[in-house]
Amino acid sequence: MRIVPFLISGVVTAGLITALNVRWNAGGTETPRMGQFLSPQHGFWQNAESLQTDYSAELRLPGIQSGTSVYFDERMVPHIFAENEADAYFVQGFLHAKFRLWQMEFQTHAAAGRLSEVLGAGADSVYLNYDRQMRRLGMISAAETAVKEMEKDPLSKSMCDAYTAGVNAYLQQVPLSQLPLEYKLLDYQPEPWTNLKTALLIKYMSHDLTGDEHDFELTNARNVFSPEDFSKLYPTRPDSLDPIIPRGTWFGAPAVLPQAPENVDSLYLWGEGNIAVSATKPDRDNGSNNWAVAGAKTASGSPILCNDPHLSLSLPSIWFEVQLTTPTTSVYGVSLPGAPGVVIGFNENCSWGLTNAARDVKDYYEIEFRDDSRTNYLFQDQWLVADQRIEAIQVRGGSTFYDTVAYTLFGPVIYDQNFRGDKQGAAGKNYALRWTAHDPSNDLLFYYKLNRATNYEDYVDALQYCSTPGQNFAFATKTGDIAIWQQGRFPAKWKRQGDFVMKGTDSSFMWQGIIPHVENPHIHNPERGFVSSANQNPVDSTYPYYIGGLYDLYRGKLINRRLEQMQGITVEDMMNLQKENHNLFAETAMPVLLNNIADSLLDADGHRFLNKVREWNLRNDADEEGATIFDRWFAKLEYLVWNDEFKKISGVYAFPEPYTLIEALIRDTAFHFVDDISTPEVETLPEIVTRAFVAAVTECKELEAQGMLAWGKQKDSGIRHLLRIPALSRLHLNLGGGRHIINALKQYHGPSWKMVVELTAQTNAHGIFPGGQNGNPGSVYYDNFVDDWARGNYYQLWLMKKSERNDPRIRAVIQFQPQA
Amino acid sequence: MKFIVATLLMMLLAFVSGLYFPWWVFAIPVLIVAALVHQKPWKAFLAGFIALALLWGGMALFIDINNNGILSTRVAGIFMEGLSPMVLTIATALIGGLIGGFAALTGSYLRKS
Repeated sequence: MRIVPFLISGVVTAGLITALNVRWNAGGTETPRMGQFLSPQHGFWQNAESLQTDYSAELRLPGIQSGTSVYFDERMVPHIFAENEADAYFVQGFLHAKFRLWQMEFQTHAAAGRLSEVLGAGADSVYLNYDRQMRRLGMISAAETAVKEMEKDPLSKSMCDAYTAGVNAYLQQVPLSQLPLEYKLLDYQPEPWTNLKTALLIKYMSHDLTGDEHDFELTNARNVFSPEDFSKLYPTRPDSLDPIIPRGTWFGAPAVLPQAPENVDSLYLWGEGNIAVSATKPDRDNGSNNWAVAGAKTASGSPILCNDPHLSLSLPSIWFEVQLTTPTTSVYGVSLPGAPGVVIGFNENCSWGLTNAARDVKDYYEIEFRDDSRTNYLFQDQWLVADQRIEAIQVRGGSTFYDTVAYTLFGPVIYDQNFRGDKQGAAGKNYALRWTAHDPSNDLLFYYKLNRATNYEDYVDALQYCSTPGQNFAFATKTGDIAIWQQGRFPAKWKRQGDFVMKGTDSSFMWQGIIPHVENPHIHNPERGFVSSANQNPVDSTYPYYIGGLYDLYRGKLINRRLEQMQGITVEDMMNLQKENHNLFAETAMPVLLNNIADSLLDADGHRFLNKVREWNLRNDADEEGATIFDRWFAKLEYLVWNDEFKKISGVYAFPEPYTLIEALIRDTAFHFVDDISTPEVETLPEIVTRAFVAAVTECKELEAQGMLAWGKQKDSGIRHLLRIPALSRLHLNLGGGRHIINALKQYHGPSWKMVVELTAQTNAHGIFPGGQNGNPGSVYYDNFVDDWARGNYYQLWLMKKSERNDPRIRAVIQFQPQA
Repeated sequence: MKFIVATLLMMLLAFVSGLYFPWWVFAIPVLIVAALVHQKPWKAFLAGFIALALLWGGMALFIDINNNGILSTRVAGIFMEGLSPMVLTIATALIGGLIGGFAALTGSYLRKS
């Protein structure tokens, strides 16, 4: 034996292995363990699915009670046929894990404030701050409360237990080499699924869909502007509102009569407009359109129901299509990987779709602590003890970060001397969060019952379990009923309650009750022959409760205008309405802009762009240049009108809604905010409109030079991977649509599932989502719907019958059998 | 002949170890084969290199062709925009080959010449 060369080559071998078995920092990001990642038997190659992959299998699993068959059609939609409900949910859990494991765990990690565990603290502690935000929102304690509630009811408990067992059955049999690509990229492993994770996913949706408040921003504005100005800037209802419940609908006397505290106006004034807490908020346009038309208005004589939830568009997609069939019920639609049941869809009797209610269910209370230990706080002249919850956030590649969150009788203290959101640093004061998602609720039971609804009464009965996020549920049956109900857990508020930060030292500002289910806005078989919602304010001023929240205006108005005019409606008409790119906001604003532009002040380019926008057809189609010019023009106008006044606020603020500005200018061209108060002259509307246009032209010329002036080009829509890795995303899709438009496609946000269901004897359903059934980037089924979605195509949705099991559409069958 | 036997044996045992053990464990059977089927050090290195480069590169190529390059294109894009997916196959073959080669070289020094 030759010792020296042996040692040298031994050390080189070991060194190579070691170097390839650790992660390296390359330009700020950690590489995978390259040896493992490139190993064809362990690494990413194992995720490269053969185009000939046959998903068929026979599985014997503990936990399955009797034989269950899953038929995959040519789009890889599983049609699950089970002998009992538990097996159906078990198999749904198994399949969610098989196709979407990484995503469902990652989203629940995000909900629980555990991203740093996987991603590290991030640049400028971005992930750590996100995690702290979620912990301080009380996400985990809210999910714990939900689990308790869910497990109290035998139906929802068995549903959730079976689902969790199904996910874990998959985890127990999946070899490490078959774990999703993202685990290998980030080098970690999944943990067992629990009912808590399902609850966390539901709370994640609650968080995503209840961002409709500007409490801190409005508090600052209220402290700077006079009461008259304030109500002009933030009216409680737009002039031209077309509410979800048609004007003139009669509402009964309210069961709860919330009393505003005396001298509320002066108590509401807090200080100098310098509150500077701020968190990354869910997208303002997390909304949707839904509508149902009665048989009297359709060509077939049967109702048609439509829905297109607007959410962040991501890969893997937020939705997973599934059919769940048991001897008693058969339901088809989209499910959320991480939760059992179908969220939006139809069964053999009815169909339903949802849009966000956008009500304000998050309020902040200023808490006075006795001292910096924040263990005692003042309430009704007494010092109460605040529970201390110590949140331990494990940071990958660093030490555990401990954050103590005080819990008051209002809720967790989200901002305090240690934390003020993503701005980092300390808030000046202590703010506790009162949020309906903290209250006990059993939202799973709601979906359980809705999936089985056979008629209007079943639907109404199911609705009582829907808590947070509150939604507008459109509903239609084969027997001809149509309905819409805004349902959720909504506090009964006095006027403007919770629009601002409230006093937390006594009970006078507390919520005094919850609006009873029957008093929530609803309408059943209205005379006009349709129901609709598009995140607008639900009711006119005759509704007996105060409605806070942030709302869209134009989508709903245009939908109603179109549905009003339509007769003999076909499924194709409804698809076209979902794809509608007419910009009603521009239709309203353009006359104001064009009447006030001073052409004489424009140069040659100015005239050229003015002609383009004058000739614009008011549609935000991908190739329209006028849409871009209008968009920039209005944005500059908003800035010029508001910025000089809002500069007085040193903390956070939010400009008034675009419709507030345009309605104010229609009402009063001498609207005093138009004047630039930083100059001695008094500017008029034509001066400001022209200035805005000149500024917009500068930007538009640049866009034009880059060939990016067309609306689709400059909007640059795409669907991003959840980790924002471009190579795993589908970017630069050049599509129309946008904010305030029925086809609400913004850059990375828009119709995440488009569905049209005609409730004929043989259900005629169509739908599509921008993604694919398989979350694996190495599968053809990862993004195979994207091109059709971008073209505006729909797929026929097939509520399969067991007798159709030899249909040529079936590509694979998995048989689940109990373990002998 | 010895060279071919050693190479094939290394490929076979490396493949089997990959089925049951972590990715780097193949180095052990390769080292043992090189010690048992004795060759000159440079020949042993070559046998180990070729065995693993062929095994890893071949498996990667086979998978990639069956996948129509869907994933290798995406993964190459993660490392660098516009990077050719072939680079991944080559890197896979090279990494396998280098570790295989050095493991075999180490094994060959175990025996007196």
